[in-house]
Amino acid sequence: METLRPILAEHPFFRDLEERHLELVIGCASNVRFNAGDFIFRQGEEANQFYLIREGMVALEMFVTGRGPVKVQTMGEGEVLGWSWLVPPYRWMFDAHATEMTRAIALDGKCLRNKSEQDHDLGYQLLKRFSTVVQENLDAARLQILNIYEVQA
Amino acid sequence: MTSVAPPGPMTPVFCRVLKTRQETRDTFTIELEPPGPMQAHSFAPGQFNMLYVFGVGEVPISVSGDPRRPQILVHTVREVGAVTRAMRALKRGDALGVRGPFGSSWPVEEAVGRDVVIVAGGIGLAPLRPAIYSILAHRQKYGRVVLMYGTRTPEDILFRKELERWRARLDLSVHVTVDRAMAAWRGSVGVVTTIIPRAGFDPRNALAMVCGPEAMMRFTILELQNRGVGLDQIYVSTERNMKCAIGFCGHCQLGPAFVCKDGPIFRYDTIQRFFEIREI
Repeated sequence: METLRPILAEHPFFRDLEERHLELVIGCASNVRFNAGDFIFRQGEEANQFYLIREGMVALEMFVTGRGPVKVQTMGEGEVLGWSWLVPPYRWMFDAHATEMTRAIALDGKCLRNKSEQDHDLGYQLLKRFSTVVQENLDAARLQILNIYEVQA
Repeated sequence: MTSVAPPGPMTPVFCRVLKTRQETRDTFTIELEPPGPMQAHSFAPGQFNMLYVFGVGEVPISVSGDPRRPQILVHTVREVGAVTRAMRALKRGDALGVRGPFGSSWPVEEAVGRDVVIVAGGIGLAPLRPAIYSILAHRQKYGRVVLMYGTRTPEDILFRKELERWRARLDLSVHVTVDRAMAAWRGSVGVVTTIIPRAGFDPRNALAMVCGPEAMMRFTILELQNRGVGLDQIYVSTERNMKCAIGFCGHCQLGPAFVCKDGPIFRYDTIQRFFEIREI
């Protein structure tokens, strides 16, 4: 577990996190690897993790009857995958699968929720960081809806 | 031997259609052969011509061809109105009126020695293509060169084969993203702004060229700013209702500037104030 310290400490998501909080986070972290085509999670399943992608690409998809799986977003190195672990009922809204070999740090959401209940400062730090992730994703989704490439006649 | 005086800027030159090619569902490329005296119809990357479909009307269209091959005039056009629809119907040998080239150009000389960040959205890749040709022809003069291109769906990708060729090069970083796709699409999904953080370039020494609909350019500029690119390092291609193309009629006025004469390429900090006024 000691080897994850530099990776987490240097990751933009945990930048400037206090040492005592970093210790708590490291206790909930593990290294994971997915081969191309592997599902990381599926829509409707219990959401108990989030992932810091270190390498590779992950597609978020939704299955639409009559059309099949529709890709709504892809994520790559340095990005944060998943926030359903933060909000009840803790269920994934989309499928996520690796479109190429992907390495990531998995953070156990249940573990972090429990630690945040004990240490509200840690909870605040996590929520503050996830607010940015949620806002960036919301902005991007709004631009996708807008169809910003359309030229008006 | 008698010499023929070149036509004035308001007089169209008759060009023959060499070929047209459907690029996407609503976009086509038309290649034109200028008449004898105009064989070398040289232009700078980013400049545009006024294309006149006789009996229908005239529209400004950026040149999308290679500046090193001015003997063939190449324009890539989206069918959005009567003139462009009539243009699409032209056949090999048909005549088209051409005035130009007009306007300012992409700063390919100023970019020498720097990283070049090219961001295109939808049809906006067409006016940037001459700049890409020009930069690749003198590749050793530039630092990192990054091309980021966003469009609606995989079917809307412009110049697909060329993008594939460019992506195969080791000295050009190409990122293509679409807004939505089915599972068979292996590339990125998300708006073009989301791939800017993934692109490797030095923001302090970069020069950005951005072209696409204004909404796309606005959000792209914000993201480039977030990455540390200064507003004086960003160039944009603007679009207004251009008629005369020589700064005479005033249809394309943007604050104190005429887009046809002073633009269409502007350094962003020089027009930011007017870019942000909704009424103009």
